[in-house]
Amino acid sequence: MRLPKGRTGCLSHPPLSPPCIQGGRLACALFLCLGLTACDREQRSLNGQPKAETIALANDPRDLSYQENSYQLSQGQRLYKWMNCSGCHANGGGGMGPPLMDDEWRYGGRMEDIVRTILHGRPNGMPRFEGKITEQEAWQIASYVRSLSAQQGQDVLSARPDSMSASEPPTLAERGKVLPENNLTGPKDEQN
Amino acid sequence: MAPLVAGGKVLVGNAGGEFGVRGWLAALDAGSGRLAWKAYNTGPDKDVLIGQAFRPFYPMDRGKDLGIHSWPPEQWKIGGGTVWGWISFDPASNTIFYGTGNPGPWNHEQRPGDNKWTAGVFARNVSTGEAKWFYQTSPHDLYDHDDINEQILLDMPVAGRMRLVLIRPGRNGYLYVLDRQTGQVLSADPFGYINSSRGVNLRSGRLIPVKEKEPQAGRVVRNICPTASGAKDWNPSAFSPRTGLIYIPHINLCMDLGVLEANYVVGTPYLGAESKVYAGPGGYRGVLTAWDPVARKPAWEVHEDLPLWSGALATAGDLVFYGTMDGWFKAVDARSGKLRWRAKVDSGIISQPVAYRGADGREYVAVISGVGGWAGALVSAQLDPRDNSAALGFVNAVRDLPNKTKSGGRLFVFALDG
Repeated sequence: MRLPKGRTGCLSHPPLSPPCIQGGRLACALFLCLGLTACDREQRSLNGQPKAETIALANDPRDLSYQENSYQLSQGQRLYKWMNCSGCHANGGGGMGPPLMDDEWRYGGRMEDIVRTILHGRPNGMPRFEGKITEQEAWQIASYVRSLSAQQGQDVLSARPDSMSASEPPTLAERGKVLPENNLTGPKDEQN
Repeated sequence: MAPLVAGGKVLVGNAGGEFGVRGWLAALDAGSGRLAWKAYNTGPDKDVLIGQAFRPFYPMDRGKDLGIHSWPPEQWKIGGGTVWGWISFDPASNTIFYGTGNPGPWNHEQRPGDNKWTAGVFARNVSTGEAKWFYQTSPHDLYDHDDINEQILLDMPVAGRMRLVLIRPGRNGYLYVLDRQTGQVLSADPFGYINSSRGVNLRSGRLIPVKEKEPQAGRVVRNICPTASGAKDWNPSAFSPRTGLIYIPHINLCMDLGVLEANYVVGTPYLGAESKVYAGPGGYRGVLTAWDPVARKPAWEVHEDLPLWSGALATAGDLVFYGTMDGWFKAVDARSGKLRWRAKVDSGIISQPVAYRGADGREYVAVISGVGGWAGALVSAQLDPRDNSAALGFVNAVRDLPNKTKSGGRLFVFALDG
């Protein structure tokens, strides 16, 4: 379920009914959503900018078993190549697809957001991998993807990256800011 | 690609050589829009429209169903050979000439064989689509050398005799002069720095590769020149009948290339390669070469700091216009290469300038700004330069671009009389 931004005008329309007040937050959210779809016509922005998902949930409990886990991350690194992720996203810097090593997440940067993106695809080119890989493999890839923006501990990273040895191994690379302010002026790699 | 209307047909091809597609060119009837013919660039002869009229000059291009037999089993179905570049039309012989894209995947170890009919040039009858001849510039292409660059049709003296020729500045760095009636290579001279091949064997027509520069799985081959983007990519040259020179906008880059096994997964890139690109010898990344096709050598060269990714335009006033990736729109003297005029626009130029006379009788030159494409994706798509394999390695070659230009997209029109 996706709630586009900028709909606060509508939120004020449906009066809160007693079941909503009495029920839990989830029921309330559901009611609001139903109210939203009923209260006005769908509005779509034509500027092509994807909207982030805003639904807030607690972190998926599976996070813990895939993050900060060297085995899962290494498997993810291998699958990242096998499933041709690198063809579009390179080794994090992007190409035909957006970069994954910067601090910008169009569809959320949490593990479960990335897993959802991998399994179900996104508009403008991100294919759907559901049915091609297992859910477990999607979690492994997500774990590796988060490591590209240094969101995994250095001790978890694979000592031997699968990428062409054009870059320093991540274990030797100086650890930059976790979330660089400007992705165009990040730490310089002085090779050529 | 922009379609070409020729001989009553609208000609259009497909792209996607990095995605395991099968390349084709289609002709639609210009009046009705109905499909007149469609020629694939891989597969059985009947799909490629190869029949009785097919007379390739070199033995390497003769034989039945080479579009199947020059590939591992079934590989031709996802082998690339797209048509996304330029088509030239010779009305006198009712023939079109166009190049075919790279074979896929980039990892050549997965596709032993010559990989017909990729990375070469076809001559076809525009009415029926029947192939007349084919010449493969890069048999078993090793470096993504799409052969989609423009072909310039000239009638010019070769070794003292007037010949009907087709001139192609190729991705692999050679300026080919072909006999456009037969497909014979009359000459192939390097117009940029090349260390991955030793030349073209004019007897067999085959490119002579340098063994040490051949990519191999498990190691990275360093310093391959030219790059995957070629000594020259898609951006077209201009010919001036006044000077007899061909103005070639091109690049001076080299690369490291590593290949790995690519899996074919529908809807995802089918590459099996990573590369890292950097400036070639001399340190400059772009060149405008004025090539004398009769003397077979450059008349002059202009070096540009950034890769030269715009087309060139030659005018009757003996000026050559082109744009740079940092947003200078320049006019140089067609005979000397001396800078005559320049104007800075809001963003880098990777488009093709045009000149025209307006309804008011004045002459204009127009160009679109807006950096992007393979060379400018770092700025237009905001890629991350910390990864030097980003945009298939091109980002590494233009790390300074974000400091020199920004993304844009505007049409600029200049009046010649001010």
